[in-house]
Amino acid sequence: MNVAITKEHQTPYSLNYRFKKLLNLSGRYLVLILVAFFFLFPIIFMFVNSIKNNETQIIRDMSNIRAFIPYGELGIKNYIDVFKQMPFGRFMFNSVFIVSSTVLGGLLVNSMLAYSLARLRFRGRQLILSLVIALIIIPTESVVIPLLLMVNRIGWLDSYQVQIVPFIADAFSIFLFYQFFIGIPKSLDESARIDGANPFQIYWKIIIPLSKPVFATVAILQYLVRWGDFLWPLMVTRGYEYRPLPVAIQQFFSQDPKVWGDIFAFASMITIPSLIVFLLFQKWFMQSVASSGIKG
Amino acid sequence: MSQNEQDKNPISINEMEKREIRIAWGFAFPAILLLAVFLLIPFIVAFGISFTNQRLITNPNLPTQFIGLRNYIRLINDFDFLQALKNNFYFAVVVVPLQTFFALLLAILVNQKLRFINLFRTIYFSPVVTTMVVVAIIWYFLYNPGEGFINQVLHVISFGKLGPYRWLNDTRLAMPAIIILSIWQGVGFQMIIYLAGLQSIPEELYEASHVDGANLWQQFFYITIPQLRNTTIFVVISTTILAFKLFTQVWVMTRGGPQGATRTAIVYLYEQGFQTLRVGYASTIAVLFFLIVLCVSLIQRVYLKEERAVK
Repeated sequence: MNVAITKEHQTPYSLNYRFKKLLNLSGRYLVLILVAFFFLFPIIFMFVNSIKNNETQIIRDMSNIRAFIPYGELGIKNYIDVFKQMPFGRFMFNSVFIVSSTVLGGLLVNSMLAYSLARLRFRGRQLILSLVIALIIIPTESVVIPLLLMVNRIGWLDSYQVQIVPFIADAFSIFLFYQFFIGIPKSLDESARIDGANPFQIYWKIIIPLSKPVFATVAILQYLVRWGDFLWPLMVTRGYEYRPLPVAIQQFFSQDPKVWGDIFAFASMITIPSLIVFLLFQKWFMQSVASSGIKG
Repeated sequence: MSQNEQDKNPISINEMEKREIRIAWGFAFPAILLLAVFLLIPFIVAFGISFTNQRLITNPNLPTQFIGLRNYIRLINDFDFLQALKNNFYFAVVVVPLQTFFALLLAILVNQKLRFINLFRTIYFSPVVTTMVVVAIIWYFLYNPGEGFINQVLHVISFGKLGPYRWLNDTRLAMPAIIILSIWQGVGFQMIIYLAGLQSIPEELYEASHVDGANLWQQFFYITIPQLRNTTIFVVISTTILAFKLFTQVWVMTRGGPQGATRTAIVYLYEQGFQTLRVGYASTIAVLFFLIVLCVSLIQRVYLKEERAVK
């Protein structure tokens, strides 16, 4: 080995260089893994405690590392308990039905408005575009009170439509669609038009197939917002019939005495499906979130 | 015109244009109708009712009256509301800088070209896809006074000097407790936005500065930070707005307690509109809440415009 290793002498074959590189690399992974543990520990905590059948053990273990170790009497007793006490399947159906209807309806309706604003000519187009952009600022929280009075008057309280219809149209989604659509070359429409295609056909056969990324983005961003929505369903649902998962688990949680094994089983059953959806479409999730930040 | 010649149907251009305008409105109509009925009109109505003493269930003996600015005057003298606003600002002042800083740090961490880096991005993002109600419930258990896991960790790392704390039952610690879990849940989202920002910085900038002899810190402060200016504005503003919307985790964990230490504007709006049924008063809160969000958004627009003007 060289006595004085200067940068120039550090060939990839020198032992010192390789050792330093290994040290550097393992340092990086160590940091990454420690941070990963910080983000995972509450989720692991939930899963592990949900399969511990013995409630006293859960309480006894909660203050130390044993809370993260699946040991003792393990099983699905807590999960069965949840199904015995609550119509869990119903809550799951409600959430899936409400969220998918809102998201799918939104994809159609919002992209249609964006299409007309980006690709068709009519008077008032500019005004509508400015209005839509202005509406992005209005948070749902500031309209829930009049909205509540309104749905109360038309008898929509405790229903599916009250959780779906008001949230189908979304100004930010329209804006995302609009930005994407104006980027598609106009020549495509024109040549299709010369071939005799009408605006419906152009929308279905040219615009939609070319716009898959923006449809995925809007769907994922809306899914994230709607799946976790809490304030509005808390205001408009009463019984079990139309209650979505977040409100259902909150009510289950606020009953005393708290049975933590059951609560964690309930929480796990909400979390597992959304984690699976996320893992399946992980790349799309990341891209959607990234493009939500590219504004202005 | 060639279009006219090719057209087999004997309809004039004028009629075709009219037909196209009808089609355009057909496309636009469903979303416009929904936005008008469920966003624009309720928004205007919110302003309207904020000047009345409307109640959720109207009493025939006490008809709704126009009361002018009385709700507004009452609101700015309402101790509970002022405390709620103060809590919102407290939350925002702590969360916005911390979350932005951590998001950038994490983005740099996962921007390395390493094997399995995608796995780490996925893990750091996973709290974002975990429903907030669930997150709040798990942390409620972690914050358990006395024997809770977080107390135990503090006890061990401080060699028994710290704790045990009563976290959610302590007026001084309840808000910090909610702040920690909110950052834990939300930071992955901004991390991804920063990651996209980092990846859009041209590599040549770093190479050129390297040739000029800049070290890593200089590159960070003179290239990375200025290049991420717009991303940072977006992250800061959207986090600020989210901070003012704070409701779910508070409602699940403390319902605004202890003694109003975690009550926020939206928690108060919910209490007034839904529990005491004073819809008029709740609308006044909604209007003020909207004005705050509007101010924050306008600041963003001004900053972004400045940037464009410079370019």
